[in-house]
Amino acid sequence: MIRLEKRPEPSRVWNYAAPVVAVIATMIAGGLLFAFLGKDPVASIKTIFWEPLFSEFAFYYRPQLLIKGAPLVLIAIGLSLGFRAGIWNIGAEGQYIMGALSGAAVALALYPLEAWWIFPAMVIAGALGGWAWAMIPGLLKARFGANEILVSLMLVYVAEKLLAAMALGLMKNPQGYGFPGSRNLSQMPWATSWINQNAGLHWGVLFAIAAVIAAYVLLSRHLLGFQIQLAGQAPRAARFAGVNPTRLTLFCLGTSGALAGLAGMFEVAGPSGIVSIDFNAGYGFTAIIVAFLGRLNPIGILMAGLLMALTYVGGDIAQSKLGLPKAAIQMFQGMLLFFLLAVDLFTNYRLKWATKEAA
Amino acid sequence: MDLSAINPVLLLASLLVAATPLLLAAIGETIVERAGVLNLGVEGMMITGAICGFAICVNTGSPVTGLVAAAIGGAALSLVFAFLTQVALANQVASGLALTLFGLGLSALLGQNYQGIKPPSFPRFDIPLLADIPVLGPILFRQDPVVYLALALTLATWAFLKFTRAGLILRAVGENHDAAHALGYKVIRIRTLAILFGGALAGMGGAYISLIRVPQWTEGMTAGIGWIALALVVFGAWKPLRVALGAFLFGGIEVVQLNLQAAGVAIPVEILAMSPYLITILVLVIMSADRSGAPASLGRSFHASH
Repeated sequence: MIRLEKRPEPSRVWNYAAPVVAVIATMIAGGLLFAFLGKDPVASIKTIFWEPLFSEFAFYYRPQLLIKGAPLVLIAIGLSLGFRAGIWNIGAEGQYIMGALSGAAVALALYPLEAWWIFPAMVIAGALGGWAWAMIPGLLKARFGANEILVSLMLVYVAEKLLAAMALGLMKNPQGYGFPGSRNLSQMPWATSWINQNAGLHWGVLFAIAAVIAAYVLLSRHLLGFQIQLAGQAPRAARFAGVNPTRLTLFCLGTSGALAGLAGMFEVAGPSGIVSIDFNAGYGFTAIIVAFLGRLNPIGILMAGLLMALTYVGGDIAQSKLGLPKAAIQMFQGMLLFFLLAVDLFTNYRLKWATKEAA
Repeated sequence: MDLSAINPVLLLASLLVAATPLLLAAIGETIVERAGVLNLGVEGMMITGAICGFAICVNTGSPVTGLVAAAIGGAALSLVFAFLTQVALANQVASGLALTLFGLGLSALLGQNYQGIKPPSFPRFDIPLLADIPVLGPILFRQDPVVYLALALTLATWAFLKFTRAGLILRAVGENHDAAHALGYKVIRIRTLAILFGGALAGMGGAYISLIRVPQWTEGMTAGIGWIALALVVFGAWKPLRVALGAFLFGGIEVVQLNLQAAGVAIPVEILAMSPYLITILVLVIMSADRSGAPASLGRSFHASH
């Protein structure tokens, strides 16, 4: 009989190995899935993970990695702070939408004004929009003890309805021949987040890198970072050590909301360009996978974000070249989290052959 | 605006139809949480049940087979959750989220060829004699069989938790798994069974949406009903009858909201469509003050070595 024995302390080797093992297991299981769908498994996996980086058209795909990776990393960094402290913000998708709406509102309201300060104002508005949307579950949790998981998630649906109302109403392009959707922000040089469109470089990429560095410093060098880790691992000890749970809740939710809002704002002012009904692409939910795959560690999240971006870009290629359904890629990403959670068992436990005399 | 077009009897009758998917999923989750497990994957299991039920129903032509398939589909997905949380001792919040993300992908993949098809309709079942009672008859006794099934399951769950020995053991496992273990109860086996029951009911709730309520398949059609069901368990303080009350309340909100949209009230459609979600938040805020009903071991992993 195999039985589980708790390790005295988490295994360092498995802590780093678990994501790698999970990715490999997902590739194998994903290959089986693709084979079941009647596609060549090896070719499919190679298309997803190899082509975007090293094929002859890689010069076109590599910038896409930055475009897809930036919002994922930006959102996941924010989420990871809360996840570490046991505060579960599941509504990043809604905060992303609100950030985009707030940011776009500034440029659209001032149109056709051209000024240097418009873009900075959009950045601030985007961050504030996401922050405010995340503060709703934050304040309700702090004041009434309402479950932040459910409240933040409900607000995603509310934000989606609001987005639809805006895209079809207030923010609709008056010169758009009746088509739903706003004016194109990426064509306004004073309001776009693009720095170099051919290189896939926009302000969101720079902010994502800055967020990784800031989170790293916060967690390893700052008292607040220590308190976040303490609150997650030993809530009782944290209370005795004088950690204010209300402040921590508001900080974690507010920060993750602001970062998600920024991600949405950069997206709407760059890669997406317009506020449309289906503007949100599920980054807020995929970022949850990214945060876990990166072990809630800033550097890990950076790598996990790029890997997840690879599955998006490679998935698109596989969709057009091999006819692999888009839903298969979505399922593939979900599988990754399953395998990671299962493999993580070995970080805290080891398998032992139970001997008779032990009983 | 023409509010007189809204018929109160029809409104109440459709209230039960709107409440049934919520009721099924929420009753299932009540049992899961009473066993001390927080499964946030309700939405994923519902949508998986919705497509499993729909596909099987279309292919076999039998709505009952479809409903059974939906229950099996939901339970199969919940088995993954049971493995992750009970055997691999993974974090329940993360595993539940993974289940929902995976379920949404899986259902989209399975449902590719089922868009825009109309499923065979579920026969209405009028209870003889009772259906002829004026007013009450059309509301309560001229529904489809699943509505009756959901109501019967609610009562059965209530009786199970309150009066049976097995129900007592289930509650003991949820309140203090270490003590239950010390008494010789198989904590992991009991929890796994509870999770399977929750998955089966969530799957059936999903199939009710795709087979009867809408009836059609579209991607992501459960639109947060699984999450509302989770909130209902909090609302009902983990008690089946109060959970049922909550489900009817929400069914009512949904029906009134849709009727107001149809009647062309001066409130924007988007605001009306937001209302179920906003009211869920409101309910959570009001009900969260008193958490005494929550099972003490809710969300905690059990390992015999602790």
